[in-house]
Amino acid sequence: MIQPLHACLILSSLLFCIGLAGVLARHNTILMLIGVELMLNAANVNFIAFWRYGAWAGQSAGVMFAIFSIAVAAAEIAVGLALVILIFRHVRTTSIDRVDGMKG
Amino acid sequence: MTQTPWLSLLIFVPWVMALGLACFYRKDGDAAKKAALVFSLLPALVTLFLVGHFDAARAGMQFVERHDWIPSLAVEYCLGLDGFSLPLVILTTILVPFAILASWQEKKTDGVFYALILFLQGNLYGVFTALNFFPWFLFWEMSLIPAFFLIRIWGGQGRIAAATPFFIYTMLGSAAMLLSFLALYISVGTFDFVKLAELGRTGVIEGALYANLGLTPADSNMWVTLVFFGVLLGVAVKVPLFPFHSWLPAAYAEAPTSVTILLTGALSKMGVYGFLRLLLPIFPGVIREWLEVLLALALAGIIFSAFAALFQKDLKRMLAYSSINHLGYCLLGIFAAAASTHEVAGAATEIAATLNGVVVQMFSHGISAAALFCFVGWIETRGGGLRGLEDFGGLRKAAPIFCGLFGISAFSSLGLPGLNGFIGEFLIFKGVFALVPWAAVGATVGLLVTALFLLTCMEKVFHGPLPEKWEKWPDLSLFERVTMLPLAALMFVIGLCPQMLVGLVNPCSTRMAEWLSRLWI
Amino acid sequence: MISKTWETLLVVKLLWIIPAIPMLAAGVLALTPRGYRRMAASLAIGSMVLAFLFSCLAFYATMIPLPYSEAWRQSYNVPWFDIGHETVRVGWVLDPLSALMLAMVTFVGTCIFVFSTGYMAEDENFTRFFGFLTLFAGAMLGLIISNSLLLLFICWELVGLASYLLIGFWFHKPSAAAAAKKAFMTTRIGDLGLLIGMVWLYSETGTLLFYDGGFGCLETKALIGLVTPAISGGTLAVTGIALLIFCGAIGKSGQFPLHVWLPDAMEGPTPVSALIHAATMVAAGVFLVGRMLPLMGADMILFSGSSPTLYIVAMVGSFTALFAALIAVAQTDIKRILAYSTVSQLGYMMMAIGVGGYPAAIFHLLTHAFFKALLFLGSGSVIHGCHHEQDIRRMGGIAGSMKITFATYAVGMMALSGVPFFFSGFWSKEAILHAALTWTPSMLPFIFGLCGAFLTAFYMTRMMGYVFFGNYRGDSCHAPHESPATMTVPLVILAVFAVLLGFAGTSFWPWCQSYLTAQRVRFGWEEFLHAWPLTGGSIAMVAAGIGLGWKLYISRPVGGADAPDILETMHPKIYNCLKNKFFVDEFYAATWVRWCGAFASVSDWMERFVWGGMMRGAAFFTACLALLNSETDERVVNGSFDGGCKVLKASSGKLSLFQNGKAQRYLCVIGAAFALLLLALEMGVKL
Repeated sequence: MIQPLHACLILSSLLFCIGLAGVLARHNTILMLIGVELMLNAANVNFIAFWRYGAWAGQSAGVMFAIFSIAVAAAEIAVGLALVILIFRHVRTTSIDRVDGMKG
Repeated sequence: MTQTPWLSLLIFVPWVMALGLACFYRKDGDAAKKAALVFSLLPALVTLFLVGHFDAARAGMQFVERHDWIPSLAVEYCLGLDGFSLPLVILTTILVPFAILASWQEKKTDGVFYALILFLQGNLYGVFTALNFFPWFLFWEMSLIPAFFLIRIWGGQGRIAAATPFFIYTMLGSAAMLLSFLALYISVGTFDFVKLAELGRTGVIEGALYANLGLTPADSNMWVTLVFFGVLLGVAVKVPLFPFHSWLPAAYAEAPTSVTILLTGALSKMGVYGFLRLLLPIFPGVIREWLEVLLALALAGIIFSAFAALFQKDLKRMLAYSSINHLGYCLLGIFAAAASTHEVAGAATEIAATLNGVVVQMFSHGISAAALFCFVGWIETRGGGLRGLEDFGGLRKAAPIFCGLFGISAFSSLGLPGLNGFIGEFLIFKGVFALVPWAAVGATVGLLVTALFLLTCMEKVFHGPLPEKWEKWPDLSLFERVTMLPLAALMFVIGLCPQMLVGLVNPCSTRMAEWLSRLWI
Repeated sequence: MISKTWETLLVVKLLWIIPAIPMLAAGVLALTPRGYRRMAASLAIGSMVLAFLFSCLAFYATMIPLPYSEAWRQSYNVPWFDIGHETVRVGWVLDPLSALMLAMVTFVGTCIFVFSTGYMAEDENFTRFFGFLTLFAGAMLGLIISNSLLLLFICWELVGLASYLLIGFWFHKPSAAAAAKKAFMTTRIGDLGLLIGMVWLYSETGTLLFYDGGFGCLETKALIGLVTPAISGGTLAVTGIALLIFCGAIGKSGQFPLHVWLPDAMEGPTPVSALIHAATMVAAGVFLVGRMLPLMGADMILFSGSSPTLYIVAMVGSFTALFAALIAVAQTDIKRILAYSTVSQLGYMMMAIGVGGYPAAIFHLLTHAFFKALLFLGSGSVIHGCHHEQDIRRMGGIAGSMKITFATYAVGMMALSGVPFFFSGFWSKEAILHAALTWTPSMLPFIFGLCGAFLTAFYMTRMMGYVFFGNYRGDSCHAPHESPATMTVPLVILAVFAVLLGFAGTSFWPWCQSYLTAQRVRFGWEEFLHAWPLTGGSIAMVAAGIGLGWKLYISRPVGGADAPDILETMHPKIYNCLKNKFFVDEFYAATWVRWCGAFASVSDWMERFVWGGMMRGAAFFTACLALLNSETDERVVNGSFDGGCKVLKASSGKLSLFQNGKAQRYLCVIGAAFALLLLALEMGVKL
């Protein structure tokens, strides 16, 4: 019978792979940011899973990690979206391939 | 002790002046010319002082300056003046202003031209006074550089073909000389001429070279002979000694007049001076060993160049060959001075006569050849660039004073008694005849042919009917007469009162003659 | 030594003033502008007169002591310059030889200077002419008084220079310019012999002073020193030196084979020919041999009384005497005839010295100077009168219009021919022939001399016939005219001396001979009678010569100007040979001159190709080395560095393609790398 931790890890792995595939396959910047979020959340699932089934489940360090990570992700997405919007305003596209003005 | 460094002044004053000319009169040729004349006369003051305070009765070095330069290599900055060098210093002092005056009408020249001439003057003084090989060699080479550029930039049609072989040839000789002196330094550890002469006299050099370099013990003379020929090559090219002379006619012919005057009057004397200062005192034994060969070379130079001059149609080339011929007598005298003397009665006197003759001949040739080249320069200017033997005729009618002064110079050059050329030739012949009779007898052919081509020149250029196109030929202007006056006067003064010159040289040559006559190898 | 009073010593000490006066005048004249003609002439003549007066004083000083015991000779030497511990000294000497020569040169010189003022009156370079003349006079006087072979050589060359300048005085004529060069070069050949002889003498004896209180090179001590090595089987230095010095004399005195310059020298103005190429300079060779006589005859000791040197001198002299006289017979230029006559007479003098008749030679030198100067000046007067015509075939019959010239010329001609008793040439020639007859080694000089005497009389008569008799054959619109007094007065004076001077050396009163040798030569009837056959013979030869000439050229006047010479019609071949001077000039042109030119072109060829080629070879070799060096530098050193750089650049270009700025590609790589890492971990790779 499959153990709960393993199930969580499989879930987070799937989540990570989906996020990664999203980042690699999509050209739309916003969708790529969503992929990144998925990958971050896969990490969060891991944090929670290891905390819940680990040796120190009574302490709140694991949750703190997850909350911290979510906060960082929120900040990141705020900055990232702002950048994307600014880029969109500038070049009228969100496709990552078109934004190559800084390439040497 | 703080003695005024007169000899250094002699060298550095022209250098500084040259720098000044090059910086401030680059473009204004006319002002540069005047400034250069004034500057070139400054060393005359120093020379006057030197002549005034020179003790003619002493044979040794005077006004000696000695400073360490690179002590670890025995290189010293050492200058001195003796009876052999003083006449040449005087000659340089006379000829440089004369050369500047001789091409006064020249339009092409600019400040750099005169700067180079003054630079050359300083180097000439350096060569004639330096007593350590290192500074001497520096001056020697540095005099080549201005000469090269003066020919290369301001010369005639074939200047490139003339300047490059001149430079390469003299450089090759100098390289050989440098190697030889390095060998000497390695063996005996000094660059000082006086010390080297002392070692040469006592026969130390041969053994030292053998001990330090002798890889092949087959022949103990091999190294000293090689070293000797290295030095010989260096000075022989400069004089030039037959058969290293072929750079000379082209270089003399293509150089502008004032440069030709310096080349023949002063630069060629560097070579003879080298023979007198380096080869004769340091390697008397080797010269004696190779005496016949060396005398034959000098003789070949005298005879072949005289005949070659007879064949030339270009006045400048003719005079160039005549220069080789005249300096051939000097070399003949120097070689004969090292001849074996045990069969000659009163050998010391004969050698002294020869050496006196060599110095007088150098001085006289400097004066006469400079005057003749100057005249040819003036002929060229007046003739619109023509200077062929056949291009003129009857000029004496149009320009009697021109012809008269030219005639005096020509007769002085062919050794007419009463003028300067005779004294040197007589002394050389007297000494050489007593030491090596066949050489003196052979050399008389040169005297005959010299007279022949100079008189042919007089005949073709000045005598005969005057062609119509030269009827307006201008006689010497007052300026030109004044230019020529000092040289013409010197020709008479030395011809009539040779003691003025011989008196300076005699103690030196007597001393050298005494030890040469006692030299047994 | 006799009578060393302070006056005579002072005369000797101040003897240098005599040559110095004309020299000074020459110096002043050299700087005088052309316009000052009168000043130039008077300065020149004044200096010459002054020199003559001083010479008379010197002459007088040598006259005082005549006890005939020892040669009266005073010398004074001064240092000139030093060589080694010795000093080269020069000096001057006063003895009968130099005193006589001084007086002769200054006197003849003065006459000729005066003559020149007339002859050269129209020349534009009048001042220059007198400048050269005074230069010559100064040098000649210096030559005479010098007591050192060195000083003598200097003056010797200076008279050569003056001769060169004066022969080429009309330099615009190419022939004059060529003649001047030829004269200088030909004499220089001899001078080189003299130079070698001089340095040889110097190295053997250690002095060039003739007389130096017992230490001079002509004094016993030096001569013994010279001869001694030869006695012990050494080199014959003394003969060699003497012959080399004689070479100088051959050149200067126009002896065979160096005589070719003297006839050409007639291109110069006639007074020059008279002064330099007849009376004085050309006699310098004879003077030199006379001066060096103790040395010339020194080898006598080695060859039992007959000196080979003097033998050669006699042979050269006698051959020249005959040779030149033969050529003179067939010449048509009035001055060239006289020139060959001069060569011939100089040959007589040389012969006289050679055969031991030194006083006779000097006596002939003196008389010849006067009558030959007279003849040349006379010919100058003729040329002047005939409007510068020199060809005797275009003269004729001018005796009437030029009476003084004719009379004086006739005197000169008779003196030269040796017409007996009243003319100086007779006595001096007689003395020479007498000396030749008594010479034992060979009779050739005597025979040659006698033949020469006949020929001399013949060609002089021929010349007289052509010039003064018959009809005038020149340009008829210019009648010949007598010359001005400045020209005729010197002629008369010289003519008087041409007659009188002979009486100073007759066999009745041989003053000249005894004065020169300082031995009383007494007149003895016995010897006189003994010599009569000779005298008679020579008179007969002279008579025959004059008679033949008279018969051929005077009794039957010469035809037209272009008519062939009567000798030519008789023997065309011989005449042609004589006319062309035995083809000596052609021979020299075909040999020496050509060889010289050929050697010159060979030297030039060697200069161009052999020695020049050597230089070009060295330059080429150096250039090759330089090329090799630059190639190595370019290819190996620079090339490898550049190659390395290129590789680096190219590879970096390739690498930079990875950095394409595409974030997804980077992520891909990271992802792949992550996957690989996982795989590797899975496979159990130990990190």
